[in-house]
Amino acid sequence: MQVNEFKPKIVAFCCNWCSYAGADLAGSNRLSYPADVKIIRVPCSCRVNPMFILRAFQRGADGVIICGCHPGDCHYTSGNYYTRRRMALLFSMLDYLGIEKDRMRLEWVSAAEGAKFATTMNEFTEKIISLGENKRLEDLRCKK
Amino acid sequence: MQRIGVFVCWCGSNIAATVDVEAVSQALAKEPGVVHSANYQYMCSQAGQDLIRAAIKEHKLTGIVVCSCSPRMHEMTFRKTAESAGINPYMVEIANIREQCSWIHKDILTGTEKAIVLGRTAIAKVNLNAPLTAGESPVTKRALVIGGGIAGIQTALDIADAGFEVDIVEKNPTIGGKMAQLDKTFPTLDCAACILTPKMVDVAQHEKIRIFSYSEVAAVKGFVGNFDVTIKKKARYVREDVCTGCGLCTEKCPVKKVPNEFNLGMDTRRAIYIPFAQAVPKVATIDADYCNMLKNGKCGVCSKVCTAKAIDYEQKDTLIEEKYGAIVVATGFNPISMEKFDEYAYSQSKDVVTSLEFERIMNAAGPTQGKLVRPSDGKHPHTLVFVQCVGSRCANCAEKGKEYCSKICCMYTAKHAMLTRDKYPDTDVYVFYIDVRTPGKNFDEFYRRAAEEYGVHYVKGMVGKVMPEGDKLMVRASDLIANKQINIAADMVILAAAIEPDKSARSIATMLTASMDTNDFFTEAHPKLRPVESPTAGIFLSGACQGPKDIPETVAQAGAAAAKVIGLLAKDKLKGNPCVASSNELMCNGCSSCERVCPYGAISYVDKEFRGPNRTVLVRRVAQVNPAVCQGCGACTVACPSGAMDLKGFATKQIMAEVDAICK
Amino acid sequence: MEKNLNNAREEIIRRSGVNPSKCMKCGKCSGTCPAYDEMEYHPHQFVYMVETGDIEPLLKSQSIYRCLSCFACVDRCPRGVEPAKIVEAVRLEVIRQQGANHLKAEGVAENLDEEIPQQAIVTAFRKYTK
Repeated sequence: MQVNEFKPKIVAFCCNWCSYAGADLAGSNRLSYPADVKIIRVPCSCRVNPMFILRAFQRGADGVIICGCHPGDCHYTSGNYYTRRRMALLFSMLDYLGIEKDRMRLEWVSAAEGAKFATTMNEFTEKIISLGENKRLEDLRCKK
Repeated sequence: MQRIGVFVCWCGSNIAATVDVEAVSQALAKEPGVVHSANYQYMCSQAGQDLIRAAIKEHKLTGIVVCSCSPRMHEMTFRKTAESAGINPYMVEIANIREQCSWIHKDILTGTEKAIVLGRTAIAKVNLNAPLTAGESPVTKRALVIGGGIAGIQTALDIADAGFEVDIVEKNPTIGGKMAQLDKTFPTLDCAACILTPKMVDVAQHEKIRIFSYSEVAAVKGFVGNFDVTIKKKARYVREDVCTGCGLCTEKCPVKKVPNEFNLGMDTRRAIYIPFAQAVPKVATIDADYCNMLKNGKCGVCSKVCTAKAIDYEQKDTLIEEKYGAIVVATGFNPISMEKFDEYAYSQSKDVVTSLEFERIMNAAGPTQGKLVRPSDGKHPHTLVFVQCVGSRCANCAEKGKEYCSKICCMYTAKHAMLTRDKYPDTDVYVFYIDVRTPGKNFDEFYRRAAEEYGVHYVKGMVGKVMPEGDKLMVRASDLIANKQINIAADMVILAAAIEPDKSARSIATMLTASMDTNDFFTEAHPKLRPVESPTAGIFLSGACQGPKDIPETVAQAGAAAAKVIGLLAKDKLKGNPCVASSNELMCNGCSSCERVCPYGAISYVDKEFRGPNRTVLVRRVAQVNPAVCQGCGACTVACPSGAMDLKGFATKQIMAEVDAICK
Repeated sequence: MEKNLNNAREEIIRRSGVNPSKCMKCGKCSGTCPAYDEMEYHPHQFVYMVETGDIEPLLKSQSIYRCLSCFACVDRCPRGVEPAKIVEAVRLEVIRQQGANHLKAEGVAENLDEEIPQQAIVTAFRKYTK
């Protein structure tokens, strides 16, 4: 019998200076989190265009998480403030589109917070699994 | 179409144990653009790099994907490899299959599957990579040192001796810092002033060093090699160039009851003062909070007695703009406040003092001229209790203490105990400790001498409570080895207060965009291999601002920071980061959105002529990025409504391709 | 018996919510304890003995009744270990042990007070069911 366990696709955008280093630290400390999470490195969380997130959902991602430096600790001084405002707008737009807001998350993870990175990813994956597959925004034309 | 080579590293067994590297390299060989795929035990080794170089030549590769450890580790290594084989270093992408795959997944199937996806993502990105060339920027051959304690002094002297100009910014009226307040230094017991003051004089007389005393850093702009710093010189109401430091004004000033911060408030000074006899610069300063002339215009005594006519009540804060190539942070430390440790009765009794206060009491230039007396009644104390780790190693009292070990307390307490017993053999000295930590050259021998030769009573256990009773301090403590609770009627209690970074450090870190840890200590670029550099290029760390340190360590680190600064200033040009924003002039509509979000002011606008239809000429306002100033954060790319702005190396198309590869 | 005591250690840790391995053995708890001289085992020993599983002497000791629960040790512990809660948990371990009572079931009747609520008597007798 074939068991079709739901394996969500989760895209994580991590800023190079804090969160990506935090993810590396989680790795060095062997703190495990689900393999469903795949990380894309960006210089700063403010490089993440809301368009990237919509694109991910359109291509069938089940969850998208953005990690940046804590407010006040941005390597570029103010990048994460922009992210915070842009994502606040995107959240309300997701609402408007009828997508569960919980499919997207914004989290501050510093370079020293390997443990926080791992727990955040575990929580987020659990959340996405409970929400199930993203069908509403997935554009089937993208699937061949 | 790119010709991509994929190189999968085993990292010994670090990757190979949970990722089937052979399967990964086979799977990735089928990806679009890939013409060569290999795996090897250690890609970063000389042999591994040779393998990459050979493959570049043999297969005429234009792009490289290395599936290995984090790019934070070896991206530079592989870029250099690619460059040496003749392809652009920015045609290299790393797929992180160690920290983000093999180390966190235990199941080989899961690990392999994820490694393939990560590799595929990197390949998708490299397919869209373009060769990038780093711009060059000149280096201003002058360094700024923030903080004039022993760390700052040593760094400045070392840089200046190498022939570069150095400016020291010190917030107090004199340089010298904490070391100037100390009496003797462990483990050799030479007097702090005797070894510090000659260095202070060297700084003052060095032709390459300028001291901005009673000044603060107000703003920092720019980047490595080209910092623009605004220094605020606070008004001291005395003309530095004229004052001879004769000190007559400090004797005649009628305001006598100002707490003397140099002696930690244990005695008083005048409203116009010179902190101590060996101050550098030896110039008087008026304390505006207490001066009658400045407060209500009634006095002017100092001005009358000053023969040099140095007093200037009209002086204002001035801002000085200066350019620097490198900045060294040497902001130092302070003992934490003891107010919250009620159990030690610090606020209730004057005879409970901190170690730094005790240091002043023992100092020949201190408030008691070095005579050990009780602050409350001036009597000679017979029983002294030293309490270690007050506020250090405090896990659950973040509002009171610090979680880390303050490192220096074990040694200075041994010093205090030894000196007390040496000068006053009639005293009984108890030291309550949790652990005695003496890792350092001749440190343990020093501590043992205190216990064995000077008869200091070391008691393993902690003081639970100090209760003032009459003129005694009742100390209740546990002696863990005897398994007893002991009560001591002490005359003085000395608390080894934890140390914390100076309060000014946080705002300086923000200005410098240098990162700090949760305790407000500056973080180093690498905890082992780059201990004196901040992760922010051009910012260096010296002394206790990076973590608790004793004097020998501080001086060593100060020298190391100076060496790094000299290495930077010796260069004529610096290679910049080529991953900067650039605007497509044909798409830009000149709306200024990008200019407004840029944290560096790297974007400006020019009017440019464009050819229109029918040989007409259109003049349009378009954005231009200064690549030397742009740091490549990408804020502008998202703000741009027309999609004209893009970030090299992290282009919109590249990130989209990565998203697609992950979601495939 | 061995196994039971092992359980006792886990039970005490669970009940007190204290992690004794956080203790850095500084002795500040015992340095501050006002009931120190009354106790055979001192606060720091409670923490250490629970950590090592040496529970039996604690259960037999009168020290568990000498602790005033003043919480001075809880307040001053630099590591947040909360020794008084461990003492309390050991005390409960004894109190909740079935059969280890100072009173015999037969003797209860003569000690009864009319004011005692019915519920309390029923609850008390539950202890004697085994």
